[in-house]
Amino acid sequence: MEMSIAAGRLVIACHECDLLHRIHPLRDGERATCSRCGAGLWAKKRDSFEHTILLTVTSLILFVLANVFPFMTFELHGRVQTSHLSTGVVEFFDRGMWELGLLVLAASILFPALKILGMLYVLVPLEMNRRPWKAAPVFRMVAQCQTWAMMDVYLLGVIVAVIKLADLATLVPGVAIYSFGALILTLAAADSTLDPHAVWEKMEDLP
Amino acid sequence: MRSSYVTAAQASLISCHACHQLSRIPAKRTHGEAICPRCEAHIHLRKPNSLSRTWALLIAAYILYIPANLLPVMTVISFGQGEADTILSGVKELIHAGMLPIALVVFFASIVVPVTKLVVLTYLLLSVQYRSQWRPRERTVLYRITEVVGRWSMIDIFMISILIALVKLEAVATIEPGMGAISFAAVVIITMFAAMGFDPRLIWDNMKEKR
Repeated sequence: MEMSIAAGRLVIACHECDLLHRIHPLRDGERATCSRCGAGLWAKKRDSFEHTILLTVTSLILFVLANVFPFMTFELHGRVQTSHLSTGVVEFFDRGMWELGLLVLAASILFPALKILGMLYVLVPLEMNRRPWKAAPVFRMVAQCQTWAMMDVYLLGVIVAVIKLADLATLVPGVAIYSFGALILTLAAADSTLDPHAVWEKMEDLP
Repeated sequence: MRSSYVTAAQASLISCHACHQLSRIPAKRTHGEAICPRCEAHIHLRKPNSLSRTWALLIAAYILYIPANLLPVMTVISFGQGEADTILSGVKELIHAGMLPIALVVFFASIVVPVTKLVVLTYLLLSVQYRSQWRPRERTVLYRITEVVGRWSMIDIFMISILIALVKLEAVATIEPGMGAISFAAVVIITMFAAMGFDPRLIWDNMKEKR
């Protein structure tokens, strides 16, 4: 985002209105916003790498739990039906609606997984002052996953489904649903501690 | 900050969309794409064909919005009898069941958000094409909100995926997803791409120099 100019100033262009800004390098916790349209220019985070790596490792563990353990159990007239996070995807494919199956698979499992793994792949070696192979495209992919990983929306869909079924049957939440909920929080926290500019700068500094 | 505004484009600089690095506009104006020196992403002064791409996606979304609302998103089959639900009837059902707060959430996410998104993107495109000078900052904020809020419309699709995973007691009750769900999901995805294709910097490029 920046080109160094004299006297330790940075030149930054606003992403949303293209206005050029000349700013002092930020201190930890400081934020710069565009003076014309108000978009965020840069937010510098304290200990960004360590915090983000810790939160992402936690997310990875929760992600595995959310996929391995039962998501929810449904009881009606003595019949019990256990579902996993991926059961809905399988059901869509079984009914020939592969478009929706792929969509739910991508939004609830694939993109979150890519995001977590991509983040660790880039951040852990950088923290040890090594630049991993293809670091730039991988980190660009991580940013793209942001839009398409929809676990938060998915959880709200779960809540609506549960409310719809609550009168009909008994629903018992499984380990996976708690892990999934916690995963949303740890990934959101990882996003808020991540400082993409620090990552790009570090990549640039390493050969 | 300054007496006059200078944009990156006016200073012959391209700001990279992925990593924000500024680079000089290549001297040779070839059709080959320029590459960001830092992150190797393709860089452009403005998003390529922003207006026509956004229009095309938006029109596709308008067309698909019709079957998305008319066709059933799912059918609940209980003891051999089927009851089809559209997006709107699902909301009505929640209201009748006395679940007003969640009915409001679903109404907002599945009806208000997609409609508003279509209208807002249409307005933004027209405002750029007619070189509107009106409230550029508010229009940029409108764009920012549109881009962020769109994904929440997926609630209904995810709800169906949970329902079909849980309710599969052959004789007693099963749930079948309908074609409306595919159309609706397509509307949401296409409008997300439409929002990504729009370049808010075009709003500002039209502004006549003031102050």
